[in-house]
Amino acid sequence: MNKSVYDSPDNTSVSRRHILTVLVDNEPGVLARVIGMFSGRGYNIESLNVAEVSNDEHLSRITIVTEGTSEVVSQIEKQLLRIVPVHSVSNLDEEGSAVEAEVALVNIDLNETNKKKIYEICDFYRARKIENENSSIIFEIAGASERINRFIIEINQITKIEIVRSGPVAISTHKNTEEV
Amino acid sequence: MKQEMTGAEIVLQSLVDQGVEVVFGYPGGAVLPIYDTLFKQNSIKHVLVRQEGGAIHAAEGYARSTGKVGVVLVTSGPGATNVVTGLTDAMMDSIPIVCITGQVPQHLIGSDAFQECDTTGITRPCTKHNYLVKDPNKLSPVFHEAFTIAQDGRPGPVLIDIPKDVQFANGTYTKKENIIIPPHRLFEPEIFKNDKKIDEVVNLISKAKKPIFYIGGGCINSGPKAAELVSQLVEMTGAPATMTLMGLGVLGSSHPNSLGMLGMHGMYEANMAMHDCDVMINIGARFDDRVTGRLDAFSPNSKKIHIDIDESNINKTIKVDVPVVGDVSSVLKRVLKVWKDNNLKTNQSDLKLWWDKINNWKKIDCLHFTNNEKEIKPQYAIQRLYELTKDKETFITTEVGQHQMWAAQYYKFEKPNRWLTSGGLGTMGYGFPAAIGAQVANPDALVIDVAGDASILMNIQEMSTAVQYRLPVKIFILNNEYMGMVRQWQELLHGGRYSESYTDSLPDFVKLAESYKAVGLRAKKPGELDDVINEMINTDKTVIADIWVSKEENCFPMIQSGSAHNEMVLSKDQKQDKLSAEKGKILV
Ligand SMILES: Cc1ncc(C[n+]2csc(CCOP(=O)(O)OP(=O)(O)O)c2C)c(N)n1
Ligand SMILES: [Mg+2]
Repeated sequence: MNKSVYDSPDNTSVSRRHILTVLVDNEPGVLARVIGMFSGRGYNIESLNVAEVSNDEHLSRITIVTEGTSEVVSQIEKQLLRIVPVHSVSNLDEEGSAVEAEVALVNIDLNETNKKKIYEICDFYRARKIENENSSIIFEIAGASERINRFIIEINQITKIEIVRSGPVAISTHKNTEEV
Repeated sequence: MKQEMTGAEIVLQSLVDQGVEVVFGYPGGAVLPIYDTLFKQNSIKHVLVRQEGGAIHAAEGYARSTGKVGVVLVTSGPGATNVVTGLTDAMMDSIPIVCITGQVPQHLIGSDAFQECDTTGITRPCTKHNYLVKDPNKLSPVFHEAFTIAQDGRPGPVLIDIPKDVQFANGTYTKKENIIIPPHRLFEPEIFKNDKKIDEVVNLISKAKKPIFYIGGGCINSGPKAAELVSQLVEMTGAPATMTLMGLGVLGSSHPNSLGMLGMHGMYEANMAMHDCDVMINIGARFDDRVTGRLDAFSPNSKKIHIDIDESNINKTIKVDVPVVGDVSSVLKRVLKVWKDNNLKTNQSDLKLWWDKINNWKKIDCLHFTNNEKEIKPQYAIQRLYELTKDKETFITTEVGQHQMWAAQYYKFEKPNRWLTSGGLGTMGYGFPAAIGAQVANPDALVIDVAGDASILMNIQEMSTAVQYRLPVKIFILNNEYMGMVRQWQELLHGGRYSESYTDSLPDFVKLAESYKAVGLRAKKPGELDDVINEMINTDKTVIADIWVSKEENCFPMIQSGSAHNEMVLSKDQKQDKLSAEKGKILV
């Protein structure tokens, strides 16, 4: 169950990761409304991603990864729907048939001794080297978050890296999805 | 047809188009263009309050007593921050408000300009929706949408922030009829997709052996028809019904099926019946913690039906068996139709057993108090107030504290929209400005703020407003020289250490009234009470009646924090056990 002044009677269901995708009017303040609802009501955001998906209709898609019991997540969904510019909320996890992916950029400290090994790992994970003016060694890797995690662990064992991750975006695999 | 006018004129035109008659406000630099436009017209009346906090509570009182939208107009910066409490109050108690705030000109936004604050940022969590309007052409669509959102679904406050340059700039006005609001921005009821739910509701009620209706403020917000439909359903089933603080008046207090209020200071029989029932029908209430008591012991053996317009209230704290998301009136119409079409009846012998049990609980006489010849008991003061005002067109507002609970317990409400109290937020200082708003809306009615000595000082400056507009509002202070409710909790949970709850250096309320050119009255002894109440009622002016009551009276019955419905404390001599006192202390 959810929060109250009093202890909840049955805290039976387990807490797990959920991916919510929220279609919103792309108007000023909309992201603040969504994030503010999470922080104000004490829900957590593991990652957040937002971009316009249709510029003629001014619609944006917000992808939020959160953790909670199904009761908590269902409360989050209902609270999201109360926000005026929100069109729809889907819990992709629950549908069980979604594809998710994220992008990471990794700046790798490369030298003569670790070079070979690192290129092997990058090859294996299909990480792509991005050329740049300062000739730093930057790789881009895209795919499931789990795979990126493993890639980072392996490289980390060999050398120092700097990482930036987009957080996952996800889409339902059902045909004929809603609006966009 | 579209018309060119200034932003300020568009604001006024939008209000006129929305049927607004009165605006509660306070001027300042960032709203001067709107005040200038206000000066040049006659269709909208402006009530000048003495602090913006007063304006928004007055608008709440206006809205609650009429069912219309209350409108507020304040300046940027401190004007806007002063309405934050009222916005939160309106959000919690679902009151339709449109609040207009001025903002610094757009080129200054973000520069920490004089009287700049991030109004939409500050008010985002305490409004249903808010806007910063940067284009005068968008003003009228925003206003019309704002009025719709404020009233639509579960009502609430909407704020419109308008930079000063937008108020001066020219733009086109679009009429209300020409605005299209996309449906996703409004409430979309599930009920119309789903008639099976209604069958389940009817089925559960008809088979119940120990049913109870649990009626909330949603039955008032749903409009006058809703209260009628609730009574019909209650009568048709013969079941008992209890009301929340917000729902008082939906079913008349004298109605034979009414068990009165439930919850922390509710009736013993109402709470016991909630605990023991087998089918609970929640109509327009939200299982607030003041109502449920300890959740794991809340009505353990009942099937629960929950009719609510706000889906987020469903399964929020209490898991229910049959949720119905929709407006009370439209849901109840369907319920009644199915009930009648199928010629259903509740089982009379089961119901009789249930009522026997309830009537036994009633014998406890939980509102009993020992009257006193020397001191005015606060309960007695409310009883007399009720007896001497019941035949008039009366509106009761309250502040927050013991006096509020005594008013809820001992004043009897027969109609909806007559009882205006701050429930969800519990805002001291609400009652007096709310009474001003209710009096503006109902000039011929008797409007009484049942107040405490501490609360009344929170918005006492509104005496000037009441006197200026010749509003004959009555302030009925149950003066115990304490923040009584705080003192009570300190007595029960903090070993009687009355930390900062004595209200020292109170003003002489009679002289205070007189200094505002209002009328001040005082009753010190029970024998003086009726005369003072009668004089108060018969004085066609703003009145403060300072009623000296017993100082250390406690408000009972009470479900202490951390206890369950069937663990009510009935009177002073019954102390709760130590363990639950320790647990209760950490709760609010
Ligand atoms: C704005 C605000 N501040 C603090 C409180 C906490 N509080 C609740 S009741 C109360 C005391 C009210 O005293 P009074 O108005 O004299 O009423 P009484 O309980 O004595 O009837 C206080 C301080 C509140 N509800 N609202
Ligand atoms: Mg007091």
